[in-house]
Amino acid sequence: MRIFFSKGTTVVMSQTKGAFAKADPLSGENAVTAHKISKSYGDVEALKNLTLEFPRGQLTSLLGPSGCGKTTLLKIIAGLLDPTSGEVKVNGKTVTGPGPDRAFVFQDFALLPWASVIRNVAFGLELRGMAKSEREAIAAKYIRDVGLAGFEKSYPHELSGGMRQRVGLARALAVDAQVLLMDEPFSAVDEQTRRKFQEDLLSLVQNENKTFIFVTHSIEEAVYVSDQIAILLPRPSRVHEIIRPGGFREKGVDNIRRDPEYLDIVDEIWASLRSYVE
Amino acid sequence: MYLKLLSAVIVFGAWEIAGRIPVSYAFPTFIESMVALAQMTFDGTLFTAYGETLRPLIIGVAISAFIGIAMGLWIGLSNWFDWLFSPIFIVMQAAPLAALIPLLVMAYGIGLTSKVFVICIMAMPVIVLNTASAVRNTPSSIKEMARSFMGSDLEILLKIIIPAASPVIFSGLRLGVSAGFIGAILAELKITPTGVGDIITFSRSIADYPSMYAAIFSIILLAVLFLNLLERLENLLFEGNNRGYVSD
Repeated sequence: MRIFFSKGTTVVMSQTKGAFAKADPLSGENAVTAHKISKSYGDVEALKNLTLEFPRGQLTSLLGPSGCGKTTLLKIIAGLLDPTSGEVKVNGKTVTGPGPDRAFVFQDFALLPWASVIRNVAFGLELRGMAKSEREAIAAKYIRDVGLAGFEKSYPHELSGGMRQRVGLARALAVDAQVLLMDEPFSAVDEQTRRKFQEDLLSLVQNENKTFIFVTHSIEEAVYVSDQIAILLPRPSRVHEIIRPGGFREKGVDNIRRDPEYLDIVDEIWASLRSYVE
Repeated sequence: MYLKLLSAVIVFGAWEIAGRIPVSYAFPTFIESMVALAQMTFDGTLFTAYGETLRPLIIGVAISAFIGIAMGLWIGLSNWFDWLFSPIFIVMQAAPLAALIPLLVMAYGIGLTSKVFVICIMAMPVIVLNTASAVRNTPSSIKEMARSFMGSDLEILLKIIIPAASPVIFSGLRLGVSAGFIGAILAELKITPTGVGDIITFSRSIADYPSMYAAIFSIILLAVLFLNLLERLENLLFEGNNRGYVSD
């Protein structure tokens, strides 16, 4: 069995109260805030006056029907797109472009097909001008952590979809950014691999003191992995509701999917989204 | 390797048979042509001829490759340059070159310049247009990836766009180089008979067909060798290119 992180040998959540103190919305500050973001493409308004806060050290999902602008919002936070109005702050600093405090995990992995796994993982560090031996040592560590030891010299086309996304994740972790932006990272991998990824993601959030912003179109996935779920509704996009799943995640990964609260939240979200899905 | 050898044997065998039938009295057999080729090689005529032919060829191909790739990158990166320059190269590619040669001769004389021009007109458009379309078709997600990890525009060009475009750039180079060889012979036949073009014209005029075909054969052989060299260069510069691609 592969695990994302050597630090957490099992993916069972900690039972101690302290571990979940961070889930309390009142404690701790926000790592990322989006304030009155609007984005329009010509006449089309993708986002309108959207305000959202992302608590530090937690995983926030952006969930909504397709076309609700969740990927647009994520790319604005990443600095890849400029908002038409409004501003994003990361650790109090206004975002004007991509920065070292954020790392992106792409839906289609975005690996360099001509580069080996280790060069792909080290690529973020390479762009930051780190010396080759230094960056490859760091990359090798993260390749081990995501369970790809032995594949350093392989090329992306030799790997399965799930393994490719592990490379994408290792690349994002290697630059050691405080905020990880994930754009539907598991949508291009098969169902079983996805479940494994979701479990690994929980332990990753637990073990790394990073803030995760996670775009997904899967309600179950959002409820399973999130500390906070922002439901976006489309045309123009706005935050409809913020849901904070409660204590069911202390019961361990194996019990989450049959917890009554988990099931209730999934149903409730579907009820509010149903009318927007054509 | 064996297959390549086999296909060579089949082609040369067919040539030999066709020469022996004969299809035309002006069509020598393969063996006659090879004998003529050996003669010309040993008495040195071939080397003097190539000394003449290679000069415009190498200058023309080098100019086409460097300026062609640079222009192609530029056109691929900027819509404005695409709008400005693409039509010129499309016209150049479609132009009936043989009909334009008299104009070139009037403007630039019968020397090296005109010949280099002919080679460039043959070779450059395909290099420019291939490079431009390869650059435009760089997957946007890997460009976005490099930007999100704070790559500068120059780094994105050198580490993303050029490696991603390199297979298509090299296939454009291969086509351009072959066209350059055709252009070099065309220039020697249409402008002034020098070098290999001279051997072809002269042998035909005295009905020494084996020598004529030997000269044609030698230029094809040289072109094939050069293309192989180019492939080596590609594998050397972009070693990932022969390792397959992620298709999804």
